[in-house]
Amino acid sequence: MNDQEQPVLDIKDLCISYYTRAGEIPAVVDFSLTVKPGETIGIVGESGCGKSTVAMAIMQYMGSNGGIKSGSIKFKGRDMTQMSEEELRKLRGSEISMIYQEPFAALNPSLLLKDQLMEVPLTHEDITRDQAYERARELLANVKLPDPDRIMNSYPHQLSGGQQQRVVIAMGLLGNPALLLLDEPTTALDVTVEAGIVKLIADISRKFGTSQIYISHNLGLILETCDRVFVMYSGEVVEEGTIDSLFTWPRHPYTHGLFGCIPLPTADKNAAPLKPIRGQLPLPHERPSGCYFGPRCDHFQAGRCDGDKLHMEHVTGSAEDHRVRCIRWQEIDHTKEAPGGEAKEAMELGENVLEVNHMKKYYDVIDTSFSALISGNRVKHVKANEELNFNAREGETVAIVGESGCGKSTFAKVLMGLEGGTDGEIKHQGKDVSTTLVRDRSDKQISSLQMVFQNPSDTLNPSQTIGNQISRVIKKFGVATDKEEIFDMVMKLLDTVKLPRDFYYRRPRQLSGGQKQRIGIARAFAGNPSMVIADEPVSALDVSVAAAVTELLMDIQRENKTTLLFISHDLSVVRYLSDRIVVMYLGHIMERGTTEEIFEPPYHPYTEALLSAVPIADPEVTKREILLEGNLPSVMNPPKGCPFCTRCPRRIGDVCDNEMPPDRQVTDTHRIKCHIPIEELRKVEPVIHVPSPEERVGKPEIKVPTH
Amino acid sequence: MLILILRRLGSMVLIMLVVSIILFAIFETDKLSVAGKVLGPYSSLEQREIWLEKNGYNQSFWTRYMIWAGNAMRGDFGQSLQLKVPVSEVLWPRLANTGLLALCLFAIMIPMSLCMGVLAGMKEGSFQDRAITVFSVLTTSIPEFASATLLTAVFVFGLGWLPGTSSMTGGFNFTELILPVLVLLLYDFGYITRMTRASMAEVMNSQYIRTAVLKGLPYQRVIMRHALRNALIAPFTVIVLQLNWLLSGVIVVEVFFAYKGFGKLLLDAALFGDIFVIEACTLVAVFVAVASQFISDIGYTYLNPRIRFS
Amino acid sequence: MNTTAASTIERPSALSRFFAGLGLLRESPIGMFGAALVLFWLVMSIIAPILPLHDPLAALMPFQKIGAVSPDGLTFWLGTDDKGRDILSRVIWGSQRVLIWASLATVVAYFFGMLMGVAAGYLGGWWDEVISFIGNVLLSFPVMILYILIVSYLGASGINIVIAVTFASAPGIMRIVRGLILDLRTRDYVAAAQTRGEPALRIMLVELLPNARGPLIVDACLRLGYTVVAIATLGFLGLGLPPPDPDWGLMIKEAVPLGSFAGHMMVIPALALSSLILGFNLLADGLREISLRD
Repeated sequence: MNDQEQPVLDIKDLCISYYTRAGEIPAVVDFSLTVKPGETIGIVGESGCGKSTVAMAIMQYMGSNGGIKSGSIKFKGRDMTQMSEEELRKLRGSEISMIYQEPFAALNPSLLLKDQLMEVPLTHEDITRDQAYERARELLANVKLPDPDRIMNSYPHQLSGGQQQRVVIAMGLLGNPALLLLDEPTTALDVTVEAGIVKLIADISRKFGTSQIYISHNLGLILETCDRVFVMYSGEVVEEGTIDSLFTWPRHPYTHGLFGCIPLPTADKNAAPLKPIRGQLPLPHERPSGCYFGPRCDHFQAGRCDGDKLHMEHVTGSAEDHRVRCIRWQEIDHTKEAPGGEAKEAMELGENVLEVNHMKKYYDVIDTSFSALISGNRVKHVKANEELNFNAREGETVAIVGESGCGKSTFAKVLMGLEGGTDGEIKHQGKDVSTTLVRDRSDKQISSLQMVFQNPSDTLNPSQTIGNQISRVIKKFGVATDKEEIFDMVMKLLDTVKLPRDFYYRRPRQLSGGQKQRIGIARAFAGNPSMVIADEPVSALDVSVAAAVTELLMDIQRENKTTLLFISHDLSVVRYLSDRIVVMYLGHIMERGTTEEIFEPPYHPYTEALLSAVPIADPEVTKREILLEGNLPSVMNPPKGCPFCTRCPRRIGDVCDNEMPPDRQVTDTHRIKCHIPIEELRKVEPVIHVPSPEERVGKPEIKVPTH
Repeated sequence: MLILILRRLGSMVLIMLVVSIILFAIFETDKLSVAGKVLGPYSSLEQREIWLEKNGYNQSFWTRYMIWAGNAMRGDFGQSLQLKVPVSEVLWPRLANTGLLALCLFAIMIPMSLCMGVLAGMKEGSFQDRAITVFSVLTTSIPEFASATLLTAVFVFGLGWLPGTSSMTGGFNFTELILPVLVLLLYDFGYITRMTRASMAEVMNSQYIRTAVLKGLPYQRVIMRHALRNALIAPFTVIVLQLNWLLSGVIVVEVFFAYKGFGKLLLDAALFGDIFVIEACTLVAVFVAVASQFISDIGYTYLNPRIRFS
Repeated sequence: MNTTAASTIERPSALSRFFAGLGLLRESPIGMFGAALVLFWLVMSIIAPILPLHDPLAALMPFQKIGAVSPDGLTFWLGTDDKGRDILSRVIWGSQRVLIWASLATVVAYFFGMLMGVAAGYLGGWWDEVISFIGNVLLSFPVMILYILIVSYLGASGINIVIAVTFASAPGIMRIVRGLILDLRTRDYVAAAQTRGEPALRIMLVELLPNARGPLIVDACLRLGYTVVAIATLGFLGLGLPPPDPDWGLMIKEAVPLGSFAGHMMVIPALALSSLILGFNLLADGLREISLRD
């Protein structure tokens, strides 16, 4: 990159505030950033850190109550904060474009896509409709959408999420912009679809020379897409640097802490557990003086860290633009800290608690289309679960992994007795519960099988106090009947989930997401269950909070020897905490085995693609790239043979399309459902390569100059 | 789409069927009281029984219902007790009069309330939004007969500009329509305005409008092409459903201004106990209401591509 | 037994939470104004018996103008009507009557509407089909026609007005509640209650209904307004609460033929009526605005 070149974007000392009834709330403080041509900048941070506000400020689209207080945003040398509405309009869509988090919401539901695409060049250039159509068509092909003409004449709802996002990206590129802003462009998508979009985004700057600003909460995605990265915390940048320097030698305690919260392949639930950052993000008007991270920092020194406002300092001895906002960066030696938290003892596994044999769950769906009415085939079976077989032992963590529509939640519903199974059996503690609905189960059965839910915002009844909600469980399951005894038990549960006792009288809206999730865990464990199902319990939480909740869940599990059925789409979390893994796709178990077996060849081709799709925030871990073509098929209309045949990169022929593959046994614990013989699959190279500690360049000591 | 239309039609027929049975059951289960209504309170029991026999009332309830419903479908609702003429002879002209009133009202109200709603919703929280919102709440808070009272006090008794009754005794007179339309307008326009405003405001806050603005489209195009199309779907259904409301409002207004319409006919019949007119009017009113619901449902589906193509 | 733990935790009183909720209304000037109007009529109707008013039924002096003083020293602040009754007294007593019947009718309509809505929304299936169909049948009657049919069939009395309002309003309430319940029942806390084996009744009453209260309070406020309109309109049409007790609708009906020379007789009750309805509408608006903010 030539330093003489004029930067595409140059932000200096930007301060943005929101003005509310409560007064001025500073959202972004003292923000500076330069984007050179062709460069991709990552902005990473947890929710509420101000990263999206920066994006909206660059677009000069702040809403009525937000405003730029000071600083400048220069685009190709012209200050955007001084521009008129008309000047801005000419810039938007032609020079700067934006890609959004939810592609479906970003597209107008009642206009054909061709109209939405063509109007970009038609507005900004002197061009005929035919030329505009041709240009839009060409770009759709460029973002690898099959059959562009059909897509041009579709409405947004007729496309899948991944296709919609490709259309939005094409729309952003139509004006041939110099700068592309991407605000969490893959958060709403499935992992394998995300991988394709990430690849596309990474190709854009190479192909079109577009500079990009990529905003994400996911360090792994930033690593895969960006050249330089800015870490934000509570409205300010705490550290910036090139990907290599920042990911290998993070200097700010917050950045360092973030890496401790991510289940990297090197983490292990027993030997090297996650190390959550304590406390929570301060509200904008409760920020401390000095370092905003001070109250949560292990290296906090009273008198120094809470003094004057801190400024970015260059990290001497590191890359040129590695800067950090920490007064003690030279004194803190991160290498002396153990990479993870304190080691914990591995658990003994006991008897089988759960046995699932040939479980099937079909839904009857009535086809309302006219042709169905005439042909008489009105009732269709939707096979949500087909032939599930697996078991779980006392104290064991079994994970069910899969993308949306794979049937993992349906299984949870049947297991919990919200719906009856169609065939087969689910034995919980020796009794078949697959067709026993919850109202026909005994209190003892119910209390021994409980659930932790996904969404913190609605896991708790908003109109009841925390205390009442937990007490109710204890009372309902007859764990205790005496009022004071119940009260004491609730107090103990609050202690167990590490929440203050006065939360008893609080209501859910006074709690943060992580705290609500803790209450959800307390509620599930209140009846001393032998087995708990956790349905994506941390996927909606920020990294640092998720780590704390994950650790808490496992600590309680360890204490009570509970069996944990962990449902997730995220292979890195699953690898970290589970003993065994079940990989599902379109209602089928494609592969199951111990965690080691799943992560080493032989793989099922789908597992292989999933592993490749998971972003890993470690620059020294290498992955083999496997991209899946096409969309997830609908459960309503699955392929005739192997469910994965439509996207499988290792498809061997018509047998895949027409015949259900056999469930091949690899070892006692490892099974793969595939037409390819195990010997063939064994020859496949591992997808992820994790260097051994000796091979690593990062983490060992770097020269820290003494001041 | 076809299935949907058929299903809606089916439910429409079913509702009409149930309503007509209810009506018939309420008014004509007690045969003697029907005869009493027809022959007057001083008729003797024998007279009543003779009348019942002569008019085929001594058949079973369902047979009578079938005959009655068949006649009603052919437009024969029997003889009005109060006016001593066949019901259909008064019903259709009265309905036409009310239709004229409704036509005048809709011609003014629809453009006016859509414009005001869009203007208010375009810039949520602005002065024009506040002003329009408060004004529409204010007018909707004055019931029709109260606003009729107040407007009469001002324009008839105070200024003497307009006639106080609209009975059209001296032939058709345009000025006699002004006050009834104005009263209905004041009461009804606020609802559509607020509906349009809410819908418009929601659309303006949506992400696809942000996309449109950030594509660099001129503001006018953002509004006309991207916002209005989505924002007017909800008000459309409301406008059609207003027909149902109008049938309520029209009773009060027609009574107040002595306008010879459908509403006044119904109320007079109700006060007099003119059961055949009540039955006829109610059937017609329910039919209009159900039909407008049908149109509104189909229209909503048609305007919304998300439903149309799935 | 650990009582110390209990004593260290302070329990916020129900009263303080009520006032905190009320304080929220201060954020909406429109809502405050509406609340003031409603409160004014509420207070008036409650203290009507102790106010120094003339007997609302007594024939004192006919056709007195506003503020007129009779020879024997009685002041008619708002004049008298054609039968010589004091209009101020009749308006205030009329407010009591309309508020009592409107609240009663709304409460009854809500009772049935919520019952139907929760059953249709939570139980689904045939319950939903049947209840929704009943609702659709009732909603297909234009409201005023339904009122007229019921009141003319049953006769004009307070109880019959309550019945008529229930028939007309309950289906609308049912639809709103059903929609809210359909939305709420997908929440995880409902699933949590189900997986713990809670009976359906408890789920409906504890997990679902309390969380639907926000929009329902707004709707109830609007509906009170509609019901006041309905009662007054029925009075105006001669189908309302029977005379001679003061009734706003009836007062206007009686005044209309005399409007040309005793305008105050029809304008005053019309203003009273409109101000009360305006109060309910603005209050509902304010409440909605506040509930949308959090």
